[in-house]
Amino acid sequence: MTNQDNNEEQAENSGSSRRGFLKQSAALGAFAMTPPSAMKAVDTGLHEKIATAFEQMPLQVEINGTLQRLKIEPRVTLLDLLREQLNLTGTKKGCDLGQCGACTVHVDGQRVNACLTLAMTTEGCKVTTIEGLAPAGPDGPLHPMQEAFIKHDGFQCGYCTPGQIMSAVACIREGHADNPDEIREYMSGNICRCGAYSNIVDAIMDVKKGGQKV
Amino acid sequence: MNQFQYVRVTTPKAAVAAVTKENNSLFLAGGTNLIDLMKRNVMSPEKLVDINKLPLNTIEKTATGLRIGALAKNTAVAEHELVRKSFPLLSMALNAGASPQLRNMATVGGNMMQRTRCGYFYDTAMPCNKREPGSGCGAIGGYNRMHAIFGTESSDRSSKCIAVHPSDMCIALVALDATVLVSGSKGERRIPFIDFHRLPGDAPEKDNTLQKGELIMAVDLPNNPFADHSHYLKVRDRASYAFALVSVGAALNLKGNTIQEARLAMGGVSHKPWRLTEVEQFLRGKPATEATFRQAADVAMKGAKGYGENDFKLTMAPNTLIDALKTAAKNA
Ligand SMILES: Cc1cc2nc3c(=O)[nH]c(=O)nc-3n(C[C@H](O)[C@H](O)[C@H](O)COP(=O)(O)OP(=O)(O)OC[C@H]3O[C@@H](n4cnc5c(N)ncnc54)[C@H](O)[C@@H]3O)c2cc1C
Ligand code: SF4
Ligand code: FES
Ligand code: FES
Repeated sequence: MTNQDNNEEQAENSGSSRRGFLKQSAALGAFAMTPPSAMKAVDTGLHEKIATAFEQMPLQVEINGTLQRLKIEPRVTLLDLLREQLNLTGTKKGCDLGQCGACTVHVDGQRVNACLTLAMTTEGCKVTTIEGLAPAGPDGPLHPMQEAFIKHDGFQCGYCTPGQIMSAVACIREGHADNPDEIREYMSGNICRCGAYSNIVDAIMDVKKGGQKV
Repeated sequence: MNQFQYVRVTTPKAAVAAVTKENNSLFLAGGTNLIDLMKRNVMSPEKLVDINKLPLNTIEKTATGLRIGALAKNTAVAEHELVRKSFPLLSMALNAGASPQLRNMATVGGNMMQRTRCGYFYDTAMPCNKREPGSGCGAIGGYNRMHAIFGTESSDRSSKCIAVHPSDMCIALVALDATVLVSGSKGERRIPFIDFHRLPGDAPEKDNTLQKGELIMAVDLPNNPFADHSHYLKVRDRASYAFALVSVGAALNLKGNTIQEARLAMGGVSHKPWRLTEVEQFLRGKPATEATFRQAADVAMKGAKGYGENDFKLTMAPNTLIDALKTAAKNA
């Protein structure tokens, strides 16, 4: 083993959470879920109140232009971090399983599903949510894609809309918005239960044709 | 989701060491499959070793072909110029999978390692030999519309599994004779892609032949003469963003209208990406006509077996194969 590898292992250990604590909390994590593991927790004499003590790890991530220095539990997803801890509720939770696209945000310029992204994996990244899309911020003028969704009635209930808009912007930036068929294919990761699809395609075509900077 | 320990590593060696020495620890790549499974308590690792910072995301020409790093994102591979030009089947297969968002997150290694989408595997209240060996198989006699028609034999009925491997990418990789480069505590080894995934046999809990702690480093693709005649055809319940009912990766090398060589694999039909070597041999030297492709489909379907709800695949699979071959023969 080289020196570098030794350092690596040390670095690894220092960056990791405490082992003993974990064993307990893992058992308690399962406590709420299944009767057999609840039995096990009782067997091992763990007390419920330990479950309220959470293991926190440091995370630095830039969200909508602001550097956030946070302490979070490793199992927190980016979606829950945004909504529950940072109060950025524009990003929606639909399925929480990668199946609907309501949680679409940009991480380092790429559209991703925030519900399947562990927040810890965004260390050092730049995250943009619907709140940070308009160049002048939430109080300035709307982003052209937001305008286009309004103009074309690209929504009904609006629940899928932040995800649709984040995805639509990425779709144009990636160069996948040349015609309606291509847009339909490259917007397929965003489900709309209200069925506003045709108006969404119109909105994207409009922005694309208008040639505005997205 | 259970609580777990999270560590970041920056060298493959540290990654391998971290997973080898702990019983219940796993690599975390894009997370699109693992986090999903953890949310549903199908998998509950005590430790996640985040490998995203490893320098394994390059795609580069080699003396004999192309090397794709295990952490290359599915989008990056699908859109890479060399892949599109020389291995279009791989681009097509990748682009047929999941959604743009998921492809931006998903990695090559994670895609290979993704678990089956069998509903019983996902439902911890139900029996499943893959999730809990010996508990039975909910899909046999249950909802098995998505399930396998090839390679489901096992000597012991109580350990049977009829699940399919859900990957599109792997269909292209197995057809194109890829090799997997893996690194473990005892060093590196190379696994032919066709031997990477396994049939369920009597141990359906094992999806593949990777050993505990082994890290997929890269996938090697040999140069091939198939770029002009490749097609990936995926049949699914909706036009996009759905897993395959049946898919076919077809690649032909034509001289005039004569098939010099063929590469064929099927998805959605087996526990492993289903390479059709016998059919490839049958096609060699034959004219690229619909009549030939129909005969090829008969060869392909030998030994197929339906389980009730998935009986339709016995018709869909040969039809998909014929269609994919017809399109591949036309492409140029
Ligand atoms: C809604 C939805 C739809 C989808 N549709 C499709 C589809 O149509 N077609 C398709 O093919 N796929 C589809 N997928 C699956 C998707 O392709 C996989 O989830 C993805 O490829 C997994 O890659 P990942 O990097 O996110 O893996 P992760 O989730 O990070 O890891 C998956 C597994 O691989 C292991 N692993 C990761 N990297 C390595 C490595 N280098 N060495 C060893 N082990 C490793 C991990 O330990 C883990 O066990 C879909 C997924 C979702 C959620
Ligand atoms: S088919 Fe396999 S994965 Fe599905 S329930 Fe049966 S054993 Fe489990
Ligand atoms: S909430 Fe993330 S994809 Fe549905
Ligand atoms: S507008 Fe209601 S879900 Fe799309």
